[in-house]
This record gives sequence, C-alpha cells and structure tokens, in this order.
Amino acid sequence: MAQKSDDASVYWHIRVRPKTPHLDGHGRDMLHEIRRIGLGHIEGVRSSRVYLLRGRLDEAQVRHLSEALLTDPVAELGEVGSGLVHRVDKHPSIEVHTLPGVMNPAAMSALEAASRELAHGAVGKAGLEEVQTARRYEIIGARDASELDRIASGVLANSCMESWYISGFDRSDSLPTELAVPPAGTFALKHISLIDLDDEGLARLSRDGHLFLSLDEMRTIRDYYRDLGREPTDLELETLAQTWSEHCVHKTLKSAVDYRGDDFGRAGSTQQHFDNLLKDTIMAATKRLDRDWCLSVFTDNAGVIAFDDELGVAFKVETHNHPSAIEPYGGSATGIGGCIRDIMGCGLGAKPIASTDVFCLAPPDFDAARLPKDVLHPRRVLRGVVRGVRDYGNRMGIPTVNGALHFDERYLANPLVFCGCVGIIPRDRVDKEPRPGDRIVVAGGRTGRDGIHGATFSSAELTETHADEFSHAVQIGHAIEEKKVLDALLLARDFEGGCLYSSVTDCGAGGLSSAVGEMAEHLGAVVDLEQVPLKYTGLRYDEIWISEAQERMVFAVPPEQLDKFLRVFANEEVEVTVIGTFSDDGKLRIRFDDVTVGELDMKFLHHGYPRPTVSATWTASGKAADQQCEADADAASNERLLAALSDWGTASKEWVIRQYDHEVQGRSVVKPLAGPGIGPSDASVVRPRYDSLRGVAIGCGMAPELADVDPYLMSIAAVDEALRNVICVGANPEHTAILDNFCWPKADTPESLGALVRACRGAADAGVAYGLPFISGKDSLNNEFSMSAAEAVRTGLPEQIAIPYTLLISAIGVVEDVSRCVTMDLKDDGNRLVLASAPYTSVGLAEACAMHHRVAELIQSECVRSAHDVSDGGLAVTIAEMCIAGNLGASIDVSCDVFGSALLDPVTTTYVLEMTPADADESGLPVIGRVERLPKLMIRWDDVDVVALAVDELAKAWRSSLADGGGGSDG
Amino acid sequence: MADLRVLVLRAAGINCDEETVHCWRLAGARPTLMHVNEVLANPATIDDYTIVTIPGGFSYGDDIAAGQILAQRLSHGLAEPLHRLVERGGGILGICNGFQVLVKMGLLPGGDTRRDRVTVTYNDSAKFEARWVRLAVDTDRCVFLKRGTHLEMPVEHAEGKVVTAGDGVTNDLREAGQIAVRYVDDNGAYDTYPANPNGSVAGIAGLCDVTGRIFGLMPHPDRAFEHTHHPHWTRRSNDGVPDGLTVFQNAVSHWTSQKLFKPLTEPRP
Repeated sequence: MAQKSDDASVYWHIRVRPKTPHLDGHGRDMLHEIRRIGLGHIEGVRSSRVYLLRGRLDEAQVRHLSEALLTDPVAELGEVGSGLVHRVDKHPSIEVHTLPGVMNPAAMSALEAASRELAHGAVGKAGLEEVQTARRYEIIGARDASELDRIASGVLANSCMESWYISGFDRSDSLPTELAVPPAGTFALKHISLIDLDDEGLARLSRDGHLFLSLDEMRTIRDYYRDLGREPTDLELETLAQTWSEHCVHKTLKSAVDYRGDDFGRAGSTQQHFDNLLKDTIMAATKRLDRDWCLSVFTDNAGVIAFDDELGVAFKVETHNHPSAIEPYGGSATGIGGCIRDIMGCGLGAKPIASTDVFCLAPPDFDAARLPKDVLHPRRVLRGVVRGVRDYGNRMGIPTVNGALHFDERYLANPLVFCGCVGIIPRDRVDKEPRPGDRIVVAGGRTGRDGIHGATFSSAELTETHADEFSHAVQIGHAIEEKKVLDALLLARDFEGGCLYSSVTDCGAGGLSSAVGEMAEHLGAVVDLEQVPLKYTGLRYDEIWISEAQERMVFAVPPEQLDKFLRVFANEEVEVTVIGTFSDDGKLRIRFDDVTVGELDMKFLHHGYPRPTVSATWTASGKAADQQCEADADAASNERLLAALSDWGTASKEWVIRQYDHEVQGRSVVKPLAGPGIGPSDASVVRPRYDSLRGVAIGCGMAPELADVDPYLMSIAAVDEALRNVICVGANPEHTAILDNFCWPKADTPESLGALVRACRGAADAGVAYGLPFISGKDSLNNEFSMSAAEAVRTGLPEQIAIPYTLLISAIGVVEDVSRCVTMDLKDDGNRLVLASAPYTSVGLAEACAMHHRVAELIQSECVRSAHDVSDGGLAVTIAEMCIAGNLGASIDVSCDVFGSALLDPVTTTYVLEMTPADADESGLPVIGRVERLPKLMIRWDDVDVVALAVDELAKAWRSSLADGGGGSDG
Repeated sequence: MADLRVLVLRAAGINCDEETVHCWRLAGARPTLMHVNEVLANPATIDDYTIVTIPGGFSYGDDIAAGQILAQRLSHGLAEPLHRLVERGGGILGICNGFQVLVKMGLLPGGDTRRDRVTVTYNDSAKFEARWVRLAVDTDRCVFLKRGTHLEMPVEHAEGKVVTAGDGVTNDLREAGQIAVRYVDDNGAYDTYPANPNGSVAGIAGLCDVTGRIFGLMPHPDRAFEHTHHPHWTRRSNDGVPDGLTVFQNAVSHWTSQKLFKPLTEPRP
C-alpha cells in the first residue's frame, strides 16, 4: 500500500478530540483500565484520534476532510496542521502509532473514505497517497515519565504492533516526521545444511530454528534428504515442522501407547495397548454408537450432525492458549475468528449462527507482587480475552451464547482460551473434494508478517523469554474482512446452478502451507507464491508460505467456474487471487518467480513422521472420589452458602455476558441469563431457521478439580455436566453430540500420558454409556511454564508450572420444539422442588443414563416449570441460583438419606426440578421443598435449620465477585 | 395484503440484514435485500420502493466513527433518490448502526443534511452492553409507532448515546414530536441506569424526522419478533404481537392504507 513518495507530496495531520471530557468515552474506558494496573492516582485521560496524511494536498482540502468526514460536528473538534508533528499539550501525553508493516484496517478505511471525500467535494483535484492513524492520550495526574511508559505498555499500546511517543516531565520523544515504509526484500533461495548433521546438530537446528521437532523427527527428515541427495530449502523444513507440529497433526493423541496401571471404572489394575490412542477410545465410541444423524465426524474442520431433512449443524471448538497468554485481546479475537473460519471451511461452507467461549484462569485475586516476569495478571488476561471475543464476535454478527469460567492457580502462566462456533449447512453441501486442474484461490485478507510460527509456537512450552521471541506469532484480527469473506462464500456456495467451487478450507495455523498442504494431500499442487497479495513489500517467500495472517480462505475452483467465482467475490469487495493449480502427481511444488523453492512428497509430508510407542502409567494417589455425606449441621450454614455463591467459579458471569451480543440474527430462545433476577442458564438454545420451531441447545462441561484425583472420573464428570446442561433447557439426549478439547501440560512422561489415557477412556466410556457420539475434537499440549530458580524463589512458585489436566466437553443437542424449552428461574409459589439424582459414582453409568433420559422426558412432556443442574457449588447453590433468577423464595427440607451428599459438595447426574404439586406427585421423585412467594431461602437438613437467607443477600454474594471483571488492581 | 416494497440494504459489516428482511416479511411487506454497491451503481433503484431499511451491524468496521463511512457513501451516491423517496411519501428505517448512519447523514433529525444538531456517541459505560429495555412512545408523529404504547426489545451496542447540541435542540425535538421512543424504567423515569442503558439525553432511544416517516432507533425490533425472544417468555403467556414486530406492522398498515402514496415506477411482477 505504501508507495514511493512523490516529490510534490507533503504531510498533514488532523487531530480529532471530544469537545468535553463527558463525551470522551474512550478516554474514560482507558482511565478505568489505567487505574486497574495499580495507578489509582491518575485523575483523567483525554483521548484524541490523529490522522496522518501524505499526498499532494492543500490546507483547504485537509480542512474539508476534517469537517466533512473525520470530525463529528456535535461531539468533536478537529485541528489541522502541516507535517506529522503537532503542538505540545497542556498535560503529559502519549501518542501511539502502528509499527511500519503492521496492517491497520482503520487507516485503510480512512484512506478510501478520504479519497472519496476529496473526489466528491468541490475542493479541487487532490492526490492523497497514504493515511495512517494514531491515538493520542493526555494523562492527568501522572507522577513521572516512567509511569507514562507503564501506562503505554500496560494499557494503551500493544508493543507487538505499536510504538509510542511520550511527551512530558523529562521526556520529549520525537514524533516521526515521515511515514515509514517497510523495506523491499530481495529474493534469494536459501538451503539449510542438514544432511551431515549429527544428533547434537539436529537438536540445535530444531531449537534455534523454532522448529520444535523431536530428535527422532529431525533424524527422519535428515534421512529423507540424504536419500534425495540434497539439502532442504528453508521453506521445506518450515513446512515439515508445521505439518508435523503437535498443533496440526496431534501426534501425541494419535500415538501408540502401552498403558499399565489402575483399571477403568473398576478396582484393580490393567495393561492395555492402544495402536492409536484417539482412534481406539474417542473415535471408537462414535463408531460404536453409529448414529445415522452423524453426518461428518473427525474428518473436516468441524463435526456435522443432522438438524432436519434439509440442514445439518456443524460445531467446532478450538483453543488459542499460547497467543492469549502473551496478548489476551488479540489472542482471543483471532481465536474466535479462527474457529468461525473452521465453520466457514466445514464442508462447502456452513453459516455461523452461535459462538461459545470458555476461559481457564488463575484466580483474579492473585497477588500481583508474585507474578513471574512477563506473565500477565489473571484479571488483565480475563478483561483482554473478554474484549477480544466481544469485538470479533459482535462485529461478525454471530451471537456468543454459551461459556464458562474456571479458576485454578496453575493456569497463571498458561491461561486456556476455548472458542467454539456452531453453523448450519445444507446437507448436500457437507461433502467436498478438490479435483486435479482446480485452481487454488486465496480469498480475503492480504498476507503479512503477522502470526509467523504460530503453529510451532503453539506446540511449545512457554518460558520467561517467549513474549519477546514470539511477538511475531501474535495475530491481528479484522472481523469485517472475515464477514465479507463469509458473505461472498455463502453466495458462491448457493450460486444458482450450483456451488462455484469444489472444496474450501480456512487458512489457520500454518497458513497457506497447512491449507494447501491438507487440501492437496491426495492430489498434489503447484503454487506460485509471488501471486499472493501482500500487505507490504519485503516478505520472503517462506514468510508468505507460513504466515498466519488472518481472514483468509483457500478454495479449489474448477477453471470453468472461475470467472463467476471471481465476480461474486469482487461484488462483496473481497480480494481473490489464483495462486496455483491442484495436480495429480502427489507432489507439493512451491515456486517463486518460476524458481522452485520447495518440492515435497505428499506422502512423506503427511505420513512420514515417526510414530514411536510410548509408555503410560497411572496409579491413584489415594484420595477416593466418593462423596461423603455429612450428616452434621455444619454441612451448610448461611456463611458457607454465601461463600460458595461468591466463589470465583460460581459467581455471576453477567459482566462478561452483557459485553457479548448474544441475540444478533434473531435466533435466541434460551439466553445465557435467565429470569427477572438474572440467573445463570444451564445452556443456550437457538433456532437455526425462522420457519421452524426446531432448535439446538449448546452447553459445556468441565471438571478440572477432579484432574488430580483421577482423569478418568474427570472426563466422565465433564460429559455428565455437558449433558445435564443441555437436558435442562430441553434438548433431546438421543440427538445430542459432544466435542472433546484436551488441554494438557507436557505429555512426555509416563504419568502425564497415563493421565491422558485415562481421560480418553473416561470420555469414551461416558460417551458410549450416555449415547453421545463425539463429532470433533482438538488438543493443546505443552501448557507449561518454566522460570529461573531465582524467579521461582521470588514468586514462591515452582520453577515449572503445569496446568491441571483439563478436558472441555461441549454438547450440542437438538430441541424438537423450542416452545417446550425450560429455564432455570423459579416460576410460581406453591410449586414443588423435586430431586432427580442418580450419581454415576454410586449407581454406575447405565442407571445415571436412565436418570438423564427420565429428566428429559419430564421436560418434554411439559411437567417441569424450571430445571437446574447441580454442579460446582452443590445442591444449596443450585437452589439459591434458582431463587435469585426467579426472585422467589424456597423452603427446603432434605436429609442425608434422600440426598447422598453434603449440601455444598459437587455431585454428578443430579437435577432440581420445579413441578406443580400434582406433577411432582405423579413423577414419584423425592420432593425436597416448595417455592415460596416470600423471597427467602430456608434449608432444613436432617431436621436441623441450617440456612435462612433473604434472596437479596444471596444475590449480592453471587453478583459481587466478578462484577466489573474481578475488581481491584492488578498492577 | 397490498404489495409494499421494502429495500433492505446490506454492506460490508452489516450483520442484521437476514432478520430485518424476515421481520418485514412477517409483517406482510415484500422485502428485497440488496448490496449497497448495487444500489449505488443504479441509484434509481430506490424509486421502485416505498421503504428503505438500513439494518444493524458494524458497517465498514465503524472506522472513523460508527456508521460514518456508510453515511458518506449514501450521502454521496443516494442523496437525490432518498430525498425523492421521502418527498413522494415513502419512508426510511434505520436500526442500530442504521440509526447511526441516518444521524451521520443528517437525515435524522433533520430532513435536510445538517449534521450539527444531534449525534450518537459512546455509551456512558464506555463499553458494549446487551440488555432488554423498555421504550415509551409519547408522540404520534412517527408512523412506525403508536402513541401511548410501551415496547420491550434489546439494545446491543457500544455507541448508542444520543447527544444533542444543547437543551434548545432537545426541547425543539420534543415539541416537534421527533423524540420517537424514549427509554423508561418501571416508574416512567428516563434517566436511570440501566433502564436508560447508555446515558442518552432525555432518554432518547430513537428519533423521527418531521414527516414521521424517517425513523431510526438504537434498540433492535428485529430481535423481538417472536414470543420466544422475550427474556421472560418461559414465565409469560403467549398472546399478542411481539413488540418488535409491531414496528414493522405499523409501517405496513400506514403505507398500505395510504391512498396518496404512489411509487414512481410500477412494481415489477
């Protein structure tokens, strides 16, 4: 975009500022954030936008731009000046600029709009060449320049893509006097010396080149090139590293495993061999269930189940952990953006209708003084990831409808960010297959240096220096670009006369390398990299090939459809470029300006990696998972219930949910917040088509607190919870599918692998027992952080922090008739509260399954007025939440004999149902209480009154913890 | 049902077009969805329609300011046909981002192209917020609304605070009946949070022009067209027309009962 400056070009700037502080919403927002990083004494922030212009322009023309386009006449003032440097402010200031070469969508928009304005206005011919945008902040109340630096780096700017200039106190950074142009590159083919390397050399190359390949894998590659009798090009080595990365190939979950240790679901020990762990457990469960409504499982970018005779529903959940640890906002935004592209690239393209997000973080009250170097405070991570999902999802016009938050100190340096997306797809668009001769077409955003090495980076352990080394792995999201691609894709998919392409996939981790490599796996391809549109000059051929620049999709377009295809995309203002052709010789050939820069055998690329057999073991550490029933009155008290309600994991997520557009597209039936008292819904329901009452319920389950006890039980608990959640709102459990997302620390010890085996078996056993096929899954390993001994001493943390074994189960269930959906808020006084409970830990999975189905039938037959599952906080919290949501009270009388667990302990396979007295009688289920008009919760446990609290008090405790993202300061 | 032709515009970043089209269809109109580029290439397209609708979303990323770039493109390319549309008795509806566009174009509250009376800016909370609100209609100026009614529907925006150039402007708008919908709480007050979710002056949730036929609002009637959209539907009986849908129905009954109105061109078969 930046061109060589013309002699007659001059620079101008326009600065736009709110007329009054009251109108400075952005400034207020930033002030709020600044105070949160421990700078509570800052009194005010005055923000302004700065437009930096280059071109043949006179002052009248620049003034016209300011007045007609850039400045709001009611709320803002515009100032025009020549040059890029403007006058000094009254208060110390920080000006934030985009680094040269970083895509700045706002600047591109401004350039287009300003050019249009100049052409339209009667201000004479002008030649506007470039626009950059900057933000300027006056900071009131700062004490010195170092504080301004802290404000800039901590709140106002993102050092991965922005620089800042400080003016005030002893500092007066010189603003740039011209707009920087990234240097042009020269082409030079590079080979890597590999074939003569010994083990030590191979290990060094893998490490220094950020390849993250094992010694075994490096040896295999060396031997391949020895046979070829040549050295690899840098691009070939990068391609192999990406394709073989844990992130892309999931080699650990697919490895052969010898397991020895505790048996699964019964006492004693066992020995088992798995040829392919994932295939022999989770995928085998799906195969065994063999449901005819599963339309596409484990083969595409997302799993697809039948919705009705015409439509299928696609669901995918991804993680974006490593990028979010370094840059939470960009990490989660591109996480949701990437998952949406998975749905767009599922089959011949599905239309996204709902998103989900689940975050695992350290507790928000973690002592900021104990943070390891370069680790962000969990509150800052929380606010960042919520903003990221918000800004990307809302802009895409996809409602974010379901999610969860989990807290454990071990997520401190490795926060987990799960993003999910649901889409609808015509059943005759589920299959796809590129054909030889099809053109390889890249559509959407341009390719830049952003996100290079994301796939390999995601497959590595984080260390103190990662933030610096991998700043280029941070990806930058531009939702509107992706929305345009989506609009065009759907038009091309549904084109009159048939779909205009034979296959599509998204450019995710690994960029073109992965996308083209995967699409051409059974064919072959020739790619001409110089054709790829770039954001700026100077990219090397290998950077073009592996860049993870966002918002790009790759299509296979038959030559005879190409013209129509290009026209559809042009009409939607989406750039599309033919970059190559699919062949049929099993070779991947990459060229740059007609020079071959890489040639790889598809078979070696996709199947050449060594698959060693690994050993796994697990022995229970002793603590039994059985629930103990505490008969004494201390089992619950007012204080303990209030504390449980304000626990981070249980507390109201309203602060998060309200920032998400959860109703766009007009499909919402059960929303994430329920009832007049704004309680927590168990799951969400959306209606995929306006002309049908059929819906889908979306929920999730997770039990990392059981990870240390037994990952086998953890998995079952997660499946059980996900199923309970969708049943509570009205899903049909016999038409419900689930997804698995594993997040593990390093899986390189027998114990860690043993845990993985147990988790896989637990998920598979629960899936089979409950009749829930897995349709898609993903894993993220190496979620560990290492720091120096000195840093460990200073922080009081271990040198190596590993996350707890974590499995997220997401569920999607069909709702036959949304008018029979149920929410969790209490409805009417006089109704009975009924306990539906059959914990699999006591009665086994078969009986537990029968109870799930029993509850679903009661809901289907409209006998249930409200339903809520018993989860983290136990029975007392469940009932308290139902009271809060309904603004009604309840009187509960329950005993240890009826309810086998303590009131505040988590149990599984347990629901509380509100029913009319007659329906409750008929159900035969134990009645444990009644709904009261007076908003007060009374609980009697084994004939002792243990809780008596006004619903207001319950609500206050439940709402306070996470209001405003966890309160307090995290500097 | 008479043949009421509605043009629903879409553009890069507009994302509520599908449900807006559906609402018009439910209300009995005949909506057509068209990319703004197609209309700009042939501005006389507008002459085929009685109502133009700009749905919600983030047109062109809301770069520069919310709705600003789409407003610029419409002002440059469609000012004439839109003016003709209103002159001959037609109407314009802008929802959320569409409302922001109409204000940035000066079509609201103006009727002319002056942009210096009203603007829409950041919420007082300075962040995106989703919640259901209650709206009061205390004017009979606007043909999309019925005086004396209350409507419930969601707001979902970060920049929805309506600001006027001063109390004088606010009073003029009130007296002219141009404050079409106001946020109110259960007691009828319009300045309490969260009933007024963004701090809008005088509780302004939407405005109409002096003809009552150009109407824009921040809340989303296009997300309140089914009984099951209401957040408390599981505790209410299913009777009456959903509040959001009434906005579209009122328009349909206004225009289909209007004997005076005649499209410039005969509707195509």
